[in-house]
Amino acid sequence: MKLEGKRKIWNEYQKDIADDKYFYVRSCIRQAVFPGSENTYLRIMRDVLKKDVHESAHHTTCTGIGYHTEVVPFETIQTVVARNFALMREAGYENYTPSCVTSFGIYTEILDTWHHFPEEKKRTAEYLKKATQRDFQEPGNMAHTSDIIYKFRHQIAEKAKYKLVNRITGLPLKVVDHIGCHYAKMFPEKGIGGAEHPHVLAGLIEAFGGEVIDYPERRHCCGFGFRQYFIKANRGYSIAASKKKFESMEPYQPDLILTNCPGCNYFMDRWQYALAEMEGKTYDTQGNGIPVLAYEELAGLMLGFDPWEMGLQMHQVGIETLMDKIGIPYNLSEKYKGAKGEDLGVPESPRNIKFYK
Amino acid sequence: MGQLFDKLNSDVRFVEGIKGCINCGTCTAICPAAEVYDYQPRTIAHLVQTRDDSIIENLLKSDTIWYCGECMSCKTRCPRNNAPGLIIQALRTLSIETGLFVESEKGRQQLALKRMLSDTIIETGYCVHFDHTTLDMFPEQGPMWQWVHNNKEAFLPKVGANYKGEGPGAMRAIPQSDIDELRNIFEVSGGFKWMETIEEHSAKKAQEMGLDIGEGKASEYFANIYTSNNQAKHSRK
Repeated sequence: MKLEGKRKIWNEYQKDIADDKYFYVRSCIRQAVFPGSENTYLRIMRDVLKKDVHESAHHTTCTGIGYHTEVVPFETIQTVVARNFALMREAGYENYTPSCVTSFGIYTEILDTWHHFPEEKKRTAEYLKKATQRDFQEPGNMAHTSDIIYKFRHQIAEKAKYKLVNRITGLPLKVVDHIGCHYAKMFPEKGIGGAEHPHVLAGLIEAFGGEVIDYPERRHCCGFGFRQYFIKANRGYSIAASKKKFESMEPYQPDLILTNCPGCNYFMDRWQYALAEMEGKTYDTQGNGIPVLAYEELAGLMLGFDPWEMGLQMHQVGIETLMDKIGIPYNLSEKYKGAKGEDLGVPESPRNIKFYK
Repeated sequence: MGQLFDKLNSDVRFVEGIKGCINCGTCTAICPAAEVYDYQPRTIAHLVQTRDDSIIENLLKSDTIWYCGECMSCKTRCPRNNAPGLIIQALRTLSIETGLFVESEKGRQQLALKRMLSDTIIETGYCVHFDHTTLDMFPEQGPMWQWVHNNKEAFLPKVGANYKGEGPGAMRAIPQSDIDELRNIFEVSGGFKWMETIEEHSAKKAQEMGLDIGEGKASEYFANIYTSNNQAKHSRK
């Protein structure tokens, strides 16, 4: 009876995810800061899973960051979103897959708004027609790109060269996940596991043989806060939130922080560097910092993709400690070479956090 | 009910955001902003329920409504399914429409955000563009990021980026025809009017403060609002 109850609750946090034929829309932050991460996702989908993923060169930002900083009004973002939906249908697709958690939240919020307030949808259609001559339909299915990786996690794990296991001790590596506020806090039923029982990343960690650490501040915001980061005067808000998370996870000594949202991937990485420079402290015991990866970066690493072609050197906290624990070979002399193998020199070393070059 | 409340109530986000607050304080307990600022989402929900225009006007002029990070943690945990974060969005919208945003230090930051984000959107098609992620604005990106910027042409293709290239791909140049459609959307849906409203009220405030409004980031007013932080006032008491 008890198990049945749990199953019943868990069922509320499952979602339908399309099998194939995806329309892919990029994230402003992920492509600007971790472009190799998005490239890795497409390699996994197309080359490993043999899926049809279409990207239109004509799609634009959803304007979500502008909306959440109140420099883009609600009417405008609804119309921009409708245009991206129109491009999908014009290309012959109906399964919409954004690479950004902020965007995922935006699309979810707007679809919900149109459901409850049909007059908003009607006005949006009129604006879109007037501005672009386009018509739109809502997606048949909408899933964040991490949902897609989650759906195929066992297939990916079967093809993986590596596991999330310490090659010396044979024990599972300890991983903390961070699913990002806008993935499920607004509409828990739209995220796998919802906001309280996050499983979209935990399922991937388990599939690769790792151990999920349920630390106290697992659900706390990374501190982006939109205006609270973009304005320098407010940035204390942002770093304080990340610091709260690092302090909470520190006693568990995680081997990896796994992220869902491009902003969170950035803040979990960069604020560790900033805290090390400001306070001389790292949250591991060796002065390396805790490596941070997005779900697609982790999947690519487990599949044996070259770490430097995935752009893992674009993280300020080195990934080498994780690769050493797993036993993934890497060539440091290739890390800072250009696309044609040219020598581009090396970055300066931070003062208080180890840097591999 | 007054005019300001009626305007708030015409915003669907306000309607969704407040369904009857029981003042339990769960939202405040979970709020990241409440940890660092003198801020309680519970109070916001309580105050708008008064439907009193003088109270609402004070909120529109205050720093208080700009403390929220719109993470929406409050939405998840509210036992009555309210969302103070949505109430905040409606209040901020009204603060901009009425021009009252320039009456607070945090509200005045809208000009910097407009010039950093919405100007970028209508010029490039992105909220955030790689070229703008410089260390002078975002020093926490560290020396690795400086190296990436220094070597962008030679390095970015290695990780699969199509930096300013044609066709699909990360960091591509979005075609001008698509930027034109985006601009048409801003024109038709009120996006440009919104941006002009922020510029106009900020210009008046800059004059009042004896600061040059300038253009882009080359502006005394921009520099002032980007860095001013009256910590004693804003910090959690």
